[in-house]
Amino acid sequence: MASPGKPPVVHPALERNALGLTLRDYEGSMSTLCAGCGHDSVTAAIVRAFWELSTPPHRIAKLSGIGCSSKTPTYFVSGAHGFNSAHGRMPAIATGANAADRELAYIGISGDGDSLSIGLGQMVHAIRRNVDLLYVLENNGVYGLTKGQFSASADVGSKSKRGEPNPMAPIDPVTLALALGATFVARGFSGDKAQLVPILKAGIAHRGFALVDVVSPCVTFNDHEGSTKSYVHTRRHQVRAVLADFVPPAREITAAVGDGEATRVAMHDGSVVRFVAVPQNYDPTDRRAVFAYLQDQRGKGVIPTGLLFLDEGTPDLHEMSATIDVPLARVPYEKLCPGSRELERLQEEFR
Amino acid sequence: MHHEARTRVNDFALKLANVNGTGSASANGLLLQAIFRMGIPVSGKNLFPSNIQGLPTWYEIRVSRDGRTARALDYDLIVAMNARTYEQDIRELRPGGYLLYDSTWPLDTALLRADVRFLGIPLARLCNAAFSDPRERILMKNVAYAGALAALLDADMTVVERLLEERYGHRKGLRESNSCALRIGYDYAIANLECPLPFRLEKMDGNRDSILIDGNTATALGCLYAGATVAAWYPITPATSIMDAFKGFCGKYRRDPETGRNRYCILQAEDEMASIGMVIGAGWMGARAFTSTAGPGISLMNELLGLAYYAEIPAVVIDVQRVGPSTGMPTRTQQSDVLKCAYASHGDTKHVLLFPADPKECFDFAVTAFDLAERFQTPVILMSDLDIGMNDWVVPRLRWDDAYRPDRGRVLGTEDLARLGTFFRYHPEDEDHVAARTLPGIDPKGAFFTRGSGHDKFGAYTETPDDYREVMERLALKHRAAARSVPAPVIVRRPGASVGVVSMGSCDPAIREALDELARRGLAADYMRVRGFPFGEEVEAFLEEHEIVPVVEMNRDAQLRSLLTLETRVPKEKLRSVLAYGGFPLSARTVVDGVLSRVEVPRGVPR
Repeated sequence: MASPGKPPVVHPALERNALGLTLRDYEGSMSTLCAGCGHDSVTAAIVRAFWELSTPPHRIAKLSGIGCSSKTPTYFVSGAHGFNSAHGRMPAIATGANAADRELAYIGISGDGDSLSIGLGQMVHAIRRNVDLLYVLENNGVYGLTKGQFSASADVGSKSKRGEPNPMAPIDPVTLALALGATFVARGFSGDKAQLVPILKAGIAHRGFALVDVVSPCVTFNDHEGSTKSYVHTRRHQVRAVLADFVPPAREITAAVGDGEATRVAMHDGSVVRFVAVPQNYDPTDRRAVFAYLQDQRGKGVIPTGLLFLDEGTPDLHEMSATIDVPLARVPYEKLCPGSRELERLQEEFR
Repeated sequence: MHHEARTRVNDFALKLANVNGTGSASANGLLLQAIFRMGIPVSGKNLFPSNIQGLPTWYEIRVSRDGRTARALDYDLIVAMNARTYEQDIRELRPGGYLLYDSTWPLDTALLRADVRFLGIPLARLCNAAFSDPRERILMKNVAYAGALAALLDADMTVVERLLEERYGHRKGLRESNSCALRIGYDYAIANLECPLPFRLEKMDGNRDSILIDGNTATALGCLYAGATVAAWYPITPATSIMDAFKGFCGKYRRDPETGRNRYCILQAEDEMASIGMVIGAGWMGARAFTSTAGPGISLMNELLGLAYYAEIPAVVIDVQRVGPSTGMPTRTQQSDVLKCAYASHGDTKHVLLFPADPKECFDFAVTAFDLAERFQTPVILMSDLDIGMNDWVVPRLRWDDAYRPDRGRVLGTEDLARLGTFFRYHPEDEDHVAARTLPGIDPKGAFFTRGSGHDKFGAYTETPDDYREVMERLALKHRAAARSVPAPVIVRRPGASVGVVSMGSCDPAIREALDELARRGLAADYMRVRGFPFGEEVEAFLEEHEIVPVVEMNRDAQLRSLLTLETRVPKEKLRSVLAYGGFPLSARTVVDGVLSRVEVPRGVPR
């Protein structure tokens, strides 16, 4: 079923961003997901993040694979260029797109099936290449479109709707990404939009691969008693471990470091991520320490959320490839073809 | 027993039998290039194992003043450097032929053949005396036999010496070693053997407007000239050297003069599913992007080739075909991906294929592939093979027209969109059934949602049968329309031809030679080499014209014949298969025998 459009009526009192656009201008079609689906809350956070950043909609490239999560690009920023591709293959398509035009804002939406099973290889390698891409993994521990099979992120002992416990250890995208050298690692909860919006904004500003794992409960197949990806379980075990504030380039930072603030990281576009509150002795730029903290919390059954790790110093795909600033897709042909005389000269090597 | 009555000039074949990993390739290449430089048409076929060191490898050189470049099966001289293959190598010599061997060790008398002359040179002993480094002793044996061959075949030593200078001039030690080894072989042969042999080289002027190049290098050059900026690949034999060459050319021609930074991006992917994905992503953005692969990669790319077909995204895939199925024989040649590529992916899919016959066509068709991919907004697969891709071919010089501009197809810019008012991705269509596309990021009015899921002509998601079908029918028509734009078949007619031979790709030199031979024997045959799929009217007409159509191809299941049967009006009884698929390049004899066994031979034609 095609998702219906929304009425284009805009209330005159709606707030406008720097481009003169309202939140409505960053919305997409009506969601066709189940009522109460966590993914719709994530969509709302994405709409707000782009609106607050005043990103021109047509300068956004939104991509996805296949699955419930991957349907969501239809539901935000209808003025963006979208690509709903194939199951588990979005990272490669986003990588190629980014290689061809480095200037757009790339957002990839995926799920735990799309990312951690069929697309694990591609996600892992996109992380290695540090592709400049905000990668939102809407994680509900279950296959929705095929009605309730466990995904690779299901916790040991978490029960399916039929009551069967999952016997296998989960793949945790957050620790996986950290181990792989990811440069931006965050975890959010669809039920906590206030925390999620600044994470998404920082992820868009980040130059490199930004993994945002969002626990996003499936109300139809995985929101029951015994599931560790339900609203109730997540609310009970989620800890807002790291609170970060995103300060856009233009705005002055008034609060001084030390004012309850752990650290701040300057982003490449001039914006700043302020880590407002972190656990004791926690350094969000120290990969090993963050890893150890997460392992520790996991052992305690806690789900720490927030912008957990940030490294703005590692080169992205384009820096590693030493490509020019001009998007490759926009380089005039005259600058690409060596011409007939050079071909003649070159062929002396083949004589 | 047959002996050569007189001297044959510039018309013979050599086979060099070696152990791989011993450095023979460079000596063999030296010989080939020297013959080329003497102005004599020549071809080299490398029959090598899927291994780095220790297995048998052969290099065949065919010298032909008439420009016959197909693999010869009659060898006048074999250089037997691999004791493990002596027996087989000696068997393959023609009666009256010569065998050059390393006489440091005695030859097993059981191997002797009365109709073969044995030329012994103590290569190991001579090289051990001249060189002290163990590795050098092994390497230089090859250069020494090259020197002996130069003497036996009467090669121009100044040409050979100049080649050594060009190759190793910047490395004095290597230059001296090579020169020394070359002289060792040359001098020994002159002093101890009958030089020259009854077949020999003589300078001519046959290569003035030719180059010696392999197909993968030419393909890479085509991609460079076509303006490709994004390349994604996964290493695989026999396609790897395409990306090696592309990288080399880009390093030379694609550096921004001011910043030193790259006007290209090469992505070594984690697998072929990713490499085709990257190509599709870059194509969606409007870059000219390609991937190079072989059969196993094509299998993996099937899924996303369907996505690119259905979502209508340009993509160029170069398939350097090798022997399948499965891992098959990765270093041997075949034309066995034809059907897989024509219909790659699930659902109803059809792709545009190009069939180059040699490195020159690899260069030309690589450019064509990008133009067609963008013109028709669809994947285009360049069907090369290992023989074309990895062997050195003498081909006419590559030409470039500076007036060339890429055919970007129907792409709407800001002004077009302003004029248009509303943009729909798949509507309206032009006479080729192609709808205009927009590139992401260019204009707010051009935004649309690309999807591999069911969509209607406006680009919206659909599950409605009529709306789905409307798009699928246009895609079929679009594919059909591409028949007018793919390279036309090459048709060679002979007076009084009773049959019409059809083939493709690297079969070409063997078929041309075979048809001359058949004509000599009294069987005149027309010949059509298809160069593109979908098949155009000329293909239909040729098939219609001939009552008997032998289809020569290098696979077991007659894939080209199947494709012709499926995609033209030809009654399949007319098509008679001549198949050669053991993995070595095709030879004329195989074609002659094959054609004769498939047609009713007119009386008087010797079989």
